[in-house]
Amino acid sequence: MIAGKKQAQIRQMGEEVNQNKPSIHDLARAIRAHSLRMVHLAKASHIGTCLSMADVLAVLYGRVLRVDSTQPCWPQRDRFILSKGHGAAAMYATLAERGFFPLEWLKTYCQDGSKLAGHIVHHAVPGIEVSTGSLGHGLPIASGMALAGKRDGSGYRVFVMVSDGELDEGSNWEAILFAPHHQLDNLTAIVDYNKIQSLGGVKEVLDLEPLAEKWKAFGWAVREVNGHEVKEIEDALMCVPYEVGKPSAIIAHTIKGKGVSFMENQLAWHYKSPNGEELKKALEELEADR
Amino acid sequence: MRTAFIEALCNLAKHDRKIWLLTGDLGYSVVEQFARQFPDCFLNVGVAEQNMMGIATGLAMSGKIVFTYSIANFPVMRCLEQIRNDVCYHNANVKIVTVGGGMAYGSAGYSHHAVEDLAIMRAMPNMVLVAPGDPVETRSATRAIVGRQGPCYLRLGKSGEPVVHKTTPQFAIGNAITVREGTDLTLMSTGDMLKVAVDVADLLAAEGIGARVLSMHTVKPIDAEATVRAAQETGGIATIEEHQLVGGLGSAVADVLQDSNLKVARFWRFGIANTLSGTVGSQNHLRQQAGLTPQEITRKLVLSL
Repeated sequence: MIAGKKQAQIRQMGEEVNQNKPSIHDLARAIRAHSLRMVHLAKASHIGTCLSMADVLAVLYGRVLRVDSTQPCWPQRDRFILSKGHGAAAMYATLAERGFFPLEWLKTYCQDGSKLAGHIVHHAVPGIEVSTGSLGHGLPIASGMALAGKRDGSGYRVFVMVSDGELDEGSNWEAILFAPHHQLDNLTAIVDYNKIQSLGGVKEVLDLEPLAEKWKAFGWAVREVNGHEVKEIEDALMCVPYEVGKPSAIIAHTIKGKGVSFMENQLAWHYKSPNGEELKKALEELEADR
Repeated sequence: MRTAFIEALCNLAKHDRKIWLLTGDLGYSVVEQFARQFPDCFLNVGVAEQNMMGIATGLAMSGKIVFTYSIANFPVMRCLEQIRNDVCYHNANVKIVTVGGGMAYGSAGYSHHAVEDLAIMRAMPNMVLVAPGDPVETRSATRAIVGRQGPCYLRLGKSGEPVVHKTTPQFAIGNAITVREGTDLTLMSTGDMLKVAVDVADLLAAEGIGARVLSMHTVKPIDAEATVRAAQETGGIATIEEHQLVGGLGSAVADVLQDSNLKVARFWRFGIANTLSGTVGSQNHLRQQAGLTPQEITRKLVLSL
């Protein structure tokens, strides 16, 4: 167990790091707007998933994570792994907004010679811990990092976001079985439960329900939140672990395409890229929500 | 070989507490001594190779030197995407160890034969492939891969492999060990086919043919210099491996020869056909079936010389 004094020190350092607190609504809106512009410019896919997870990302990087954009590899930093690596545009937008690299980089998303691939990459991109893309990889890696933190007596925490469709992958369930066995209460998994996967609704393709009960049965402490209610997300993320000795799971009920009326709950926006007119309309909707 | 490995690893771990050992619930009577001495650096992940490789990556990215341990093809194929996307993509300091390379688990059946592993792992970027020739090389190899940052695949036999080296030769990753000098041809073996290669050299000597024997304990990066020298200085090259012929040591040597634009007088590849056998048997039986005995290899070489 980590000494109380050391833990307090780390908390204080984290608080200093988080002194620059943006408005979460503004940050989430910026993440959405950047993501829309990026996928439009790149004619890329996956805008729906970027919009569904924007609020959770905003809370994580605006309030929760003890990270420092001036020292992205600070050893005591909290680790965040985006296992659903196709949400890359939103992830890059979040890091750029928080000062990890210049906002200018976002224009290069998926362009020839760019560092910013369509599935997140850690090479030369400050703030990205792990490259992902193929699903089912983030949770096992996060478990390894959490285990190292425990055994080393380090105070950092590990957060990992998985998609709902991703939970079809068996490797996740290996890790879901593993983490409680090793009492990894420094690990938090967030499910971006937007109910739509690659070829259809989660219910139709491979039903996950009862999802919370499944995590509980495997030994996780579970909370369910509205993944677009900032206060709810913040409350859930700020008080992990929920139980000493148990990893925490947050099931964030979200809406694919959230924030742009014609994209919400539409499978097509897993693939489509907004044209100029659609982009303009989407940005106007975001602006009207100020 | 597995005993030589675990003893070497325990000795190294005494001086370097960053060394971890993960097993996928295998290694009875092997891993216990490490677990006993270093309980905080040992982990039985359970029968879950994909998770094991992800956890190994997470640990390695937190500063650990992580060995994953399993048997035959299990630590390679079940978790190949984790090896590619997690370990290699991040150049993570993970050392994948298999016990029972080739057909060491002979009568267990094809499910337990590691005969495509070299081909698969050769294709992985950043991956180093080491298959020591005997227990002496195994000790040196274990030390060498701890000292080298990045992914490595260590392919071991099982138990009872004969000691070939009477003294400990100089060992460096990527440098073939010359076990015997000769100029009529060069026998290049990987893994514990080294003993077979030495026996072939003895049989050839009786026929008046002087064979150079190289232990190619590193399949990647292959020792191109030793290969080129063998092509230039001896009358031919024969590769010997307990692995199917597609993509293994023979292919790696052929790549070097092709890329060097060298004409080797003769080139033989001895290995396992890319087919499935309908019967099982001991490792020796399966080697006989594949023509991987000193007598059969010698017969073919003498015939074509």
